[in-house]
Parts: sequence; C-alpha cells; structure tokens
Amino acid sequence: MLNSLIPSLADGLLLGLVYGLAAMGLSLIWGVMNVINLAHGAIMTLGMYGVYLIFSTFGLNPYIALLLVAVIGLAFGVIMYVVSVHRVIDAPHLSSLLATFAVNMIIIGAGTAIYTTNVYNVDYSLDSFTIGTFTVPWTRVAAALGAMLVSGLLYLFLYRTRVGKYIRAVANNRAAAELMGIPSSRVLALSFGIGAMLAGIAGGLIATMFPFNILSGGAYQLKSFVIVVLGGLGNPLGALIGGVILGLLEGAGTAILPTTWVPVLEFVLFVIILLVRPSGLLGTKR
Amino acid sequence: MNRVKNRGLWLTVGLTLAVGLWPPLTGDANNREIVVTILMYAALASSLNLMLGYTGYVNFGHIVFWGLGAYVGFYLMSALNMPLVVAVLGGGAASGLIAMLLGQAILRLRGAYFALATIGINEAARAFVSNFEPFGGPTGMSLNFKVYNAYGGAMQSLWIVYWAMLLLAIAAIVLSYAIKSSKFGLGLTAIRENEDAAEVMGVFTPTTKAWAYVLSAIIPGMAGVLFFFKNGNIEPVDAFRLHTSIEIIVMVMLGGQGTLLGPILGAGIYERLRGLLLVSPLFKNIQLVVAGIILLLIVLFIPAGVVGWLRRRILPLREWVE
Repeated sequence: MLNSLIPSLADGLLLGLVYGLAAMGLSLIWGVMNVINLAHGAIMTLGMYGVYLIFSTFGLNPYIALLLVAVIGLAFGVIMYVVSVHRVIDAPHLSSLLATFAVNMIIIGAGTAIYTTNVYNVDYSLDSFTIGTFTVPWTRVAAALGAMLVSGLLYLFLYRTRVGKYIRAVANNRAAAELMGIPSSRVLALSFGIGAMLAGIAGGLIATMFPFNILSGGAYQLKSFVIVVLGGLGNPLGALIGGVILGLLEGAGTAILPTTWVPVLEFVLFVIILLVRPSGLLGTKR
Repeated sequence: MNRVKNRGLWLTVGLTLAVGLWPPLTGDANNREIVVTILMYAALASSLNLMLGYTGYVNFGHIVFWGLGAYVGFYLMSALNMPLVVAVLGGGAASGLIAMLLGQAILRLRGAYFALATIGINEAARAFVSNFEPFGGPTGMSLNFKVYNAYGGAMQSLWIVYWAMLLLAIAAIVLSYAIKSSKFGLGLTAIRENEDAAEVMGVFTPTTKAWAYVLSAIIPGMAGVLFFFKNGNIEPVDAFRLHTSIEIIVMVMLGGQGTLLGPILGAGIYERLRGLLLVSPLFKNIQLVVAGIILLLIVLFIPAGVVGWLRRRILPLREWVE
C-alpha cells in the first residue's frame, strides 16, 4: 500500500504542476475579464501539435520548440480576442461562453480534418532515474521545473512590471483603470494572449510526456476547471497550488481506488467546492 | 380564452405538425429518420429554453437529464421487463426528481459559477454511470431483440417512437407557451433580468428556479428513453456527451432564446445544416469548422437569434411569431 502510494504521490506532484500551469491561463483570463475560455483545451492541443511539428520537421529540441510555441500562443490569443471575444466582452456570460466555444469547434474541426484523431507522440526521451523500486522519467521532472519557471516569470511580470500593474488594475476595476489612462482594450487583448500562451506551453509540456490526439485537450480543460475552482477563480497563482492539490489527489486516488473511480471523485469534489466555497479554497471571501 | 387563441402558439404547433406529418404521409423511412432527430432536438431545445431563455441560467448539463432518464427507462425495460410507456414515464419522472435534488444545491450559484457546476455535473454523471454496475458500467446495456416483438416488430417500433417523439415535441411547445403566458413565467423573466430585484418584488426565487429546472428536465428524460429504445443499446459515452449539450444551446441561440418558435426553428435549421454539410463532399471533413464559424457569427452579430431578429425588424410579424 505505502509502497505504491509514495511513487504515485510524487508522480501526482510533478504532473500537478503542469496541470496548474494550464489552469493558470484559464484563471488569468477569468480574473481579468470574467470570460471562461472554452477554447482553452483546444489551445492546449495546438501547443501539443506545435511542439510535435517543430520537433519532427525541424528536428529542434522540444524544449526550445516550446519557446516558439509560446510566441505563437501569445499571437493566437491576441488574435482570438480581437476577432471573437472583444465584441461580447460586456454581453451576458452566455455570449462569451459560446463565442469561445465556437473557436473551440473551429480548432477541433480543422485539426480533425488535417490530422484525423490518430494518436501522435513526440519521440524524444531523456532517460529516467530510479529511487528504490520507483522510476521517474526525466521528462516529468523537466516539465514540472518548466511549469514552475513559467509561473515564476508570470508572477514577476504581474507584480514587478508596469504592464503587469495595468493588467491587475484592469482586473480590479476596468472603468477606473480606463479613467487613469490605461488602454484597457489592449490590456485585455494582451491578457487573453498570455492566457493562451500558458495553455500552449502546458500543452507542449504534456506532449513531451504523453501521447496525444486532437481531442486530448478536452480532458485537460476539464481538469483546469476543477483546479481553477480549487485555487479560486481569477487567482492565477492559486491555480498552481490547486494544480498540485489535484495532482496529489489523483496520485493518491489511483493508489487507493480503482482508476475509473478517480474522475467521479474529482468532479464530485469540484461541485462540492463550487457550492461550499465558490471563491475557492484559497480565494478571499467576497 | 385569449391564451388558447394565441397566433404564435398555433403557428409553432402548426409548423411542427406540418414537418411531423410529412414522413407518415410519404411513408419514407429515410425522411422518418431525419425528422425524428429534428423532433427530438426540438423537444430538447425547447425544454432547455425554459432555463436558458426564460430564466437566464446557462445550463451545460441539459444532456444529463436525457442520459440519466434514458438509463432509468432502459433499466426498467431490460432488467424489469416493463413496457415502453412505463419506461418513458419512469425516465421522465427520474429526470425530474434528479433535477429537484440537484437544483436544491446548484441553483444557489449564479452566472458563470452555475455554468461551471453544470459542466462538472455532466462529467460526474458520466464517470459515475461508467462505474455503476447495475447500469452495465462502461459497456452499458442493450435490449434483447425480442423486446421489439411486443410492439409489432422492429419496423413498427420505429414508427411508435416517431409518433411519441412528435407528441413530446408538441408537449414541449405547449409547456413552454403555458409557462411563458403565466405568472410563473413572468417570475422567471424577472429573475433573468435581475434576480435581486425580482426577489424584492415578491418573486420567491428559490422555488421558482427549482420548478423551472425540474420542468426543463422531464421532457429530455422521456426523449432519452425513446431515443435509446430505438437505438437498442446505451453507453455512457453516448448518453452524456458534453458536446451535445452545447449543440442544443447553439440551437436555442440560433433560433432565438426566450422565444417560443426559436428553439424549434433552431433545431430544424441546425440539424438540416449538419445533414447537408455531412453529405457534401466539399464540407464533409470540415463540417465542425463551418458550424463553429456560423455560431461565432450569430453570437457576434445577431445575439437575439433568427426569431428575435425578425421580430425586431419586421413589426407585423410580432403578432404571429411568439
């Protein structure tokens, strides 16, 4: 029992950091503009394919490919905001939910037409190391470190730069921010871009660990929802901790319960947290 | 008496009947299959409209009631050998009951929080049923072929399902109209416009919302039993597809949320469009892309949907289109 629990907890911790990075993008967008991005999973899938394509066509190291994916993700997010979200930013929730879902449909549809739903795999491995009877692939450690690095950079950006301050100001009160001369539309577009970038990077990191297909993003998007609620909607750094909690829960769950029951546990927990503490375990009470 | 004479109601019912009576008149099996799907989505969209259009609550888990109702009905038929009528009523009742219990909890949430919770419920229901052995777990259940003999064979059963589905679609329209023109419906609209103000004005919001949720759940439960009875087997992946929930939302938006004709029209247009795209060699592979672009254009440029747009542009239509 204990023998299987510790390795799965360690595994859960490493994966949880990557989940947390993905959720951070969702949480940032929600926090700044009250939009739930239903194309989040699809953008993660784009990140997976981005790393795969750059690696397999140019032979570039996947971790360098991630830098490119980040830039593409940022640009994609900004364009997506301008085309599909800006018009409905002040409309009722349904409009922005449907607008982002439409983008999701377009991405998944185009992806299925081009790549079908075959499973792809980034054929790159970094060896592994063993502690006792327990083997950890280095790619997992690298992914977890990458997730922590990106979160750290996001923190510095949000709290130590002027543009970061703009973003926080717009999140806090858009009208007041505009009165202070902050170009709110551009800040919103940039925030959406960063959210998409984080999703893309997280997708890319997942591609270095697991095989994927065009529909894989959906499952991670659902995990992101759970995490975002755990960490408090609109609190990007809470999302990282939420990710770790979910990762550990999954780890412990797979060690104790039959694997198929783990999602039941996850979503029941999700609904309960929404009901009892909608501001999240770490969020402030409103 | 004025309520019964309403032109908008009769136009909607008449349109549904005109489409619904066409396959029996021609006797064409192909047409029947096309129309039965449209009728089912019309019933689903119309019942979702009670929450989405009237009350303003975004429900991503509408398909849960369809799936769970279907599972209960299927269980009644395959394990307990109950007739179809009992199964359909049982499925509807089970969905209503589940909605009442769920509603107690999640209707306290508003806006995006409610929407997120319904996504969670959809996934939780699928994950739970996949593990629930009496319902066959991940492989689901299937009906013994002999079951259809009680209804005059498989061919005859398809027609029975067809007529029942037509009846359900009409029932959904009449229910929507009855609610819309009642004091209860006014309460729902008040909640949509401003829930706090509605409460101050004397609408007892928790009960009102709970009833809207329960009423919107019963018809999907019944439709689910019919659909999977026709199908012959039921699996968790088919019964709880989040994507289908969202497609129903698209239908309501396309036709016009909060209107009587809108969801019916939306279901018809969306289903036909999907049918055409699927058979066209040019769009076959990218039908999802085309559907996505259409959805985006509607959301961005005509958020009131076809019916809402027509009512605003052509004033004389307001007497005819509800």
